[in-house]
Amino acid sequence: MDRKAVYKPYAQAIPGAFAIEKIDTAPCRVACPANLNVQGYVAMVKMGKYREAVEIIMQDLPFPGILGRICPHGCEKSCRRLELDEAISIRELKRVAADHVDLSDIPVPEITSRNEKVAIIGSGPAGLTAAYFLALDGYQVSVYESMPEAGGMMRYGIPEHRLPRTVLDAEIENLKRYGIQIHTHTVIGRDITIEELREHGASAIFLAIGAWKGLKLRIPGEETSQGVSDVTAFLREVHLGNLKKLGGKIVIIGGGHSALDAARVALRLGAGEAHILYRRSRTEMLAEPEEVEETEKEGVKIHFLSAPISISSKNEKVTGIECIRTRLTEKDTTGRRRPIPVEGSEFFIEANYIIPAIGQEPDLGNLAKAQDLKVSKWNLLEVNPETLQTNIPDIFAGGDVISGPATVIEAVEAGQRVAKYIAKYLQGEELPAEWQDEPPMGTNWVAPPKDEPTKDRLKIPTLPVEKRISGYEEVNLCADEESAKQEADRCLNCGGCCECYQCVAVCEAEAVTLETHAQQEETTTINVGSVVLAPGFQPFDPSKFDNYNYASHPNIITSTEFERILSATGPFMGHLTRISDKKEPKKIAWFQCIGSRDLNRCDNPYCSSVCCMYAVKEAVIAKEHADYDLDCAIFFMDMRTPGKDFEKYYNDAKDKHGVRFIRSRVHTIDRVPETDDLEVRYVTESGEEKKEIFDMIVLSVGMEISPETINLANNLGIDLTQGNFCETKNFKPFATSRDGIFVCGAFQGPKDIPESVMEASAAACSAGVSLAPARGSLIKEKAFPDETDITGEEPRIGIFVCNCGINIGGIADVPAVVEYAKGLPNVAYVEENLFTCSQDTQKQMAEVIKEQNLNRIVVAACTPRTHEPLFQETIRNAGLNEYLFDMANIRNQCTWVHSDDKEHATEKSKDLVRMAVARASLLEPIPDISVDVNPSALIIGGGVAGMTTALGFADQGFPAIIVEKSSVLGGAARDLSKTWKGQDIQQYLSELVDKVEQHSDIKVLRNAEVVGASGFVGNFETQVVVGNQTETVEHGVVMVATGGKAADTEEYLYGKNPRVTRWHDLEHDPEKLKNAEIIVFIQCVGSRDENRPYCSRICCTGSILQAISIKQSNPDARVFILYRDIRTYGEKEYLYKKAREMGVVFVRYSLDNKPKITEIENGLQVDVFDPILQKNLRIQADYVNLATAIEPAQNHKISEFYKIPLNAENFFMEAHAKLRPVEFANDGIFLCGLAHYPKAMEESISQAMAATSRAITVLAKGSVQISPLVSQVDAEKCIGCGLCAEVCPFNAIMLEEIEGKGYRAKNISASCKGCGLCASSCPQQAIDMLHFRDRQIVASICAAV
Amino acid sequence: MKEFEPKIVAFLCNWCAYAGADLAGVSRLQYPPNIRTVRVMCSGRVDPLFVLQAFKQGCDGVLVAG
Repeated sequence: MDRKAVYKPYAQAIPGAFAIEKIDTAPCRVACPANLNVQGYVAMVKMGKYREAVEIIMQDLPFPGILGRICPHGCEKSCRRLELDEAISIRELKRVAADHVDLSDIPVPEITSRNEKVAIIGSGPAGLTAAYFLALDGYQVSVYESMPEAGGMMRYGIPEHRLPRTVLDAEIENLKRYGIQIHTHTVIGRDITIEELREHGASAIFLAIGAWKGLKLRIPGEETSQGVSDVTAFLREVHLGNLKKLGGKIVIIGGGHSALDAARVALRLGAGEAHILYRRSRTEMLAEPEEVEETEKEGVKIHFLSAPISISSKNEKVTGIECIRTRLTEKDTTGRRRPIPVEGSEFFIEANYIIPAIGQEPDLGNLAKAQDLKVSKWNLLEVNPETLQTNIPDIFAGGDVISGPATVIEAVEAGQRVAKYIAKYLQGEELPAEWQDEPPMGTNWVAPPKDEPTKDRLKIPTLPVEKRISGYEEVNLCADEESAKQEADRCLNCGGCCECYQCVAVCEAEAVTLETHAQQEETTTINVGSVVLAPGFQPFDPSKFDNYNYASHPNIITSTEFERILSATGPFMGHLTRISDKKEPKKIAWFQCIGSRDLNRCDNPYCSSVCCMYAVKEAVIAKEHADYDLDCAIFFMDMRTPGKDFEKYYNDAKDKHGVRFIRSRVHTIDRVPETDDLEVRYVTESGEEKKEIFDMIVLSVGMEISPETINLANNLGIDLTQGNFCETKNFKPFATSRDGIFVCGAFQGPKDIPESVMEASAAACSAGVSLAPARGSLIKEKAFPDETDITGEEPRIGIFVCNCGINIGGIADVPAVVEYAKGLPNVAYVEENLFTCSQDTQKQMAEVIKEQNLNRIVVAACTPRTHEPLFQETIRNAGLNEYLFDMANIRNQCTWVHSDDKEHATEKSKDLVRMAVARASLLEPIPDISVDVNPSALIIGGGVAGMTTALGFADQGFPAIIVEKSSVLGGAARDLSKTWKGQDIQQYLSELVDKVEQHSDIKVLRNAEVVGASGFVGNFETQVVVGNQTETVEHGVVMVATGGKAADTEEYLYGKNPRVTRWHDLEHDPEKLKNAEIIVFIQCVGSRDENRPYCSRICCTGSILQAISIKQSNPDARVFILYRDIRTYGEKEYLYKKAREMGVVFVRYSLDNKPKITEIENGLQVDVFDPILQKNLRIQADYVNLATAIEPAQNHKISEFYKIPLNAENFFMEAHAKLRPVEFANDGIFLCGLAHYPKAMEESISQAMAATSRAITVLAKGSVQISPLVSQVDAEKCIGCGLCAEVCPFNAIMLEEIEGKGYRAKNISASCKGCGLCASSCPQQAIDMLHFRDRQIVASICAAV
Repeated sequence: MKEFEPKIVAFLCNWCAYAGADLAGVSRLQYPPNIRTVRVMCSGRVDPLFVLQAFKQGCDGVLVAG
């Protein structure tokens, strides 16, 4: 994915926070011995941020300029750019950064000083790096150096033409700023002893004395001839200034850097010839090839495959060296090719100087012996290889002294490591005796961009050869900035986040800090009693359908993309636009079942359930968006709108909005040449081929379960269906195949939002049943500070005026409103906010209230209907009673509705603020009222839904009473035999009835009917007639599960001819079926017509199930299903497919041409028009079975008693179809089962559990807060006229007899809804309303004008 | 002479008319800026005296909606 390492997961993510992609560390960094953050500084160089680059380098070492020149850059070998072209010139980029920065400009970080002292012997790269990190850690560091200047081999080994002394000096000098003391000319053992160091307070000593003793050739003449000197001594003398000229010829033996250095230095000293003898070939040379090449350019002659035999001398002065050619063996067991002499190939080179450069060892002198330090047979100090501690606990050693000659970067690593362990040692921590090997390098890197072109590696400019020999001027020159930038741009950023920490530096909110940046994916274990899976679905990707050209044509888009186009926050701000030319489309087509109901082009045989409805919705909304005549056509197979109120929407789309519905699956889309339009070819039901041109095509993509979810399911060990949805049983649709794991939403099966929301609550309820004993045990109660007593205080009003971004501030002059408000009476404080409701402002508001001693708050912003609770909580947090608050609605009722009249909007805003202030001055604190909840439920209806909810309550410890109209439990389910998944309903039902009857917390009232009700949430009283007696039941919640039944019909000879049956009549009469040869089912009898304009949802599946069962028991029987649309939504589609495969004949009919039935001898004659054959069919049927509509019970009375609404078809109306699908707007009353809408049994069970779950949120609380905005009677003024009691719609005021005074009105707070009817009717003005007192309202009125 | 601009006090029921006025805002329906709203918990709360008070203050019209 083409994105930066810091990214927002997706554009509209909430919270709108950024994530940092952390994958495996880049290979270059892993390859670096010092673990230098290569990717980080390369990224900085790319941006020209040299100082930041150097700061990144300095996190790991103190020598950016030095290593930018002389590092052998092993990192470049692992560069992934090598897979494309050549490695990045990493070292060169480091140098470019270093050369552009003056180290003294980089501030020394704040260091917390410590008392412990550390002595470091040797000021080479190992010693100085250790000193640097220990000093950063706060330790007192002294470095002792025997030579006149610090730097070790960097100064006395590496010649100036590779490392200019200015660079070296600057970087060493820089270290002194960190408080490091360097004592030169100090030889350990001579000038100061280890013991003295300890006496002076050194708690740890680091020996980094290097390897300065050259190894001998061990050939004749070596010891006896003058002019033989090892390479370290030779270079040291040169760098000390003791050797300034050299005449004659020189031969150097060796293949490393020091051999090349010596040869090149010799030429600069004036040597006539410089030869190098190397016993292996060019490819084995340790020095890097470009270095070898430069050496040869300068005139050094390298003799490969040559070894020295003896040194000749005359008068003890070297005259030359006898050599022999060698050849290399095949690779031996160590993988190296050994050189062996070639006999007879001897040759002689004349020479005045012989310099062996074949290796070095430490010059330990007396040190090891004196300190009892262990020494290996290679004459190296022995240390713990991890901690670098020697056998003497306070002495550590590292660098060449333990490894033999190695590179600067390796010495730096030793310095880093020893600093870490010395610090641990000084803090008294135990040092590890064992350690783990580094884990193998992870290779999860950012993939190189697909079309990454090859790019040339940076060519490093060099000094012309003729200029070199005359002095020590640096040979390699610094690359120019532009080339460096280009080079850095070749970096593939393998590791994602490069840890440059630039984001930390710029984040003003301090959201990204070093700590938060270090956050990693964590694995945590949470102990839970239940798990709920709600992983959802992914939209089908239609790019694999080449015939639909989705991938290749911009004007063919998916339905989810079209949603974005329609959205006000979408790419075209909600303006209907097609992609290719940004024009308004005039004709749009929708194609249904893309990725659903399809086995040919994808493997999704199921119906995705939601696409028909959303396509209809998109078409209608598109038409509403277009202020021109937009043509919308939906191509479909069956229109599946079986949800509550969906059918009406479908009808409106057709009849009112003019959306065209075309029953056909389009087979081909072609581009119309030279336009962006699309030609659609399809075949109608009657076989006619048609063409039509559209501007835009929307593919209604189905739902799919993602591979990640399938993987999750496999990990959890739960079963999946053939469509990869979660396998569930119909009687427990929210339970997976594994105990304790529950499921909801589209993963359970394709479904719409209302069912998903229900199922979510159902899953929560099931999870809660097994966790009931733990209820409330992990709850944190929200605590508010004590309320400030404001009695007797003068009002001090604080006003917060909101700009609401530009919603208010863009129209009204908010600063003017603020200024105006400052002058209003009692106003103590006014401020303006960008968003008063933002979390920051809320926090600040609470502080201001305390600081300014405010005792009334007015927020001038949006509407109290949405935002009052938020602000009330804020002022409550600041210690103010929540009713000392008012809002001025200057957005919804001012700027939004007067957006073209800025002046008046400002004036009106001022007025509204003034009115709010006038009222606020008179506001009083009002204490909360809470009422105990009766923790029991009354359930109306004893069907499957009612019983399920009763068990849900009782199993969680809440008593339940079922009121069942009939004499038996079971309701509509008593007529059913099997669920669509084939489970036995009668067996389930009898078990359910048993459980209910035996449960000690469930009481069943049979032959019972609700005849009246009163009360409110938590405290209902319901009158139930049982037999002849009326009982009053007190309960906390009401569950309405009154059910439904199959409607009667007068159509199709039903009731007139015994061969016409209904629903399960036929199935329950096996005798009839045995002899039947031809059976016809007629769907939608009384559904989807004028009287009942809704789909009964379950009949298609019901008839198909019966048809299959008839075919199974009698394959010769001929079964016809006459239908309008087959609505086997979700995975029920498999049944439809199966029935068709078994030979059930499906014939579609339309509402205006229904089948006709006539009685004939020994049967029935069914006439129906077949739209495919375009002919009338005549079927001689033995039986005709009618799928009549599902209708609700008689709900009117219940609706009146509890004041809960019914829709036009007498189903109950939930508070909100999607957000609150199982509850009523009235608190404490809930809904489930067929009383809500026709539905399959598993949906009823889900809904019952959902409703239980919601109801338990009330019951579990123990008490409910009731609005304290109630009436207040002044008994002194009351004359007992009773007008108030008469007008009160809630029975919340009554007359009470007071001895000697007659009657007086009394308020019942728990019932009072605060409407104030009593107050306005009272002739004595004896009743006032809390928070809406007469004087408060009058104050507003007076301030209005 | 300046054109006559009436001052109207509107008593709006919190549950319906006030919500409707909010919805008008959400829908960006534009209407003249002459109304000053007093929110009440029910239009039944509007005491006739409030109406008289409004006129007494110099209002040109009173709207009770609920």
